Amino acid sequence: MQTLGGTRLARLFNERQSELLGEWVAQQYAIASRRGGAAEAQLRNQFLQFVDLVCAALGSSEQVDFNTPTWDEVRNFLADVSGQRARQGFTPVETALFVFSLKEPLFARLRADLAADPALLAELTWTISKLFDAMGLYTTEVFQTSREQVIIRQQQELLELSTPVVQLLDGILALPLIGTLDSARTQVVMESLLQKIVETGAAIAIIDITGVPTVDTLVAQHLLKTVAAARLMGADCIISGIRPQIAQTIVHLGVNLQNVITKATLADAFIVALKRTGKSVLGGAPAAEAPGAPGPLRGNQFVGD
Amino acid sequence: MERIPILRMGKLLLVTIQVDMHDRLAMTLQDDLTSRIVKDGAKGVLIDISSLDVVDSFIGRMIGDTAAMARVLDAETVVVGMQPSVAITLVELGLALPGVRTALNVEKGMALLTGTAPL
Repeated sequence: MQTLGGTRLARLFNERQSELLGEWVAQQYAIASRRGGAAEAQLRNQFLQFVDLVCAALGSSEQVDFNTPTWDEVRNFLADVSGQRARQGFTPVETALFVFSLKEPLFARLRADLAADPALLAELTWTISKLFDAMGLYTTEVFQTSREQVIIRQQQELLELSTPVVQLLDGILALPLIGTLDSARTQVVMESLLQKIVETGAAIAIIDITGVPTVDTLVAQHLLKTVAAARLMGADCIISGIRPQIAQTIVHLGVNLQNVITKATLADAFIVALKRTGKSVLGGAPAAEAPGAPGPLRGNQFVGD
Repeated sequence: MERIPILRMGKLLLVTIQVDMHDRLAMTLQDDLTSRIVKDGAKGVLIDISSLDVVDSFIGRMIGDTAAMARVLDAETVVVGMQPSVAITLVELGLALPGVRTALNVEKGMALLTGTAPL
């Protein structure tokens, strides 16, 4: 079916603009005030701009097709409104209603005007319906896209934030992991750890999983991969911060951590690392303790090998 | 024909791979190295792969095999200087080289072989 009647519709919009505006603003205001957002003046402004653009597009051609370049400006405007509403926390439905709530007042006017010509009425109704559906769907699509962008950006920020590699002492690195490990994160963790090993020439890396909420077979596999890669580079790994529940889960799942040094706390792992690197932290009288036999962790004097 | 040089330092053999490894080169190296271990009576082999940027499963397996062969001939092997990307690739390929000793650089590898390492 052809969708004609562009100029006829443009005239309708022009003539009945103030009536349409009143009914539309009433509906929109109810939604917007619920969100604590847009003021009435701003809504009016948006509507007038919208109607202007739609009229211009309708008037320029008898053929009404939302996917032609004629409608580019309307599309841009709708994208702006949709993105703005997405940021303000509107739901997709409420955003689409920006367009759809104009349908009802429009149909009412058309019915009143064209009561004498049912054929034209049906045709114009179809044109409007098709056009407004396309516009409504477009706002939803833009809404979705802007939401996805927000999510992707947050994911990236999270990835960057969550993988710090810290140097505890010359030759000893620590990697405190927080949050669930998935394949993408493991990759980042692995790369940053190995890079840091090269930079600092560390002999031991402590992977602390106190902040990892659950360990399943997949997470364990990722951990083992990281340990294996570090070993290939010539650094030993210690896994620390294993909570009692996680120890139980690991054994129940049948995950083999036999070849990895595991410790309950970061402190224990640090002591092992000190022993392995031949360093010690002395308490009380310096030089009383032989290297390789760490004293109590009271003093703050470090002895190298 | 292109060959990777094998240097002798006392009872140790030093191999530095500074070109792209291809399969034939790897096989030649394996032949040369095993012959040299027997000929020189070497007690340790140090393979420096710090210039190696790319590995495939064949080269990965060849490194593991070479270490195993050297062990059979009573020579300890240490692979040193593996790049992070190479390490990740090998692990993803399922080649964690369980029998091979590793060190971060030549200095640490040498300390490991001569028994002066703190580890």
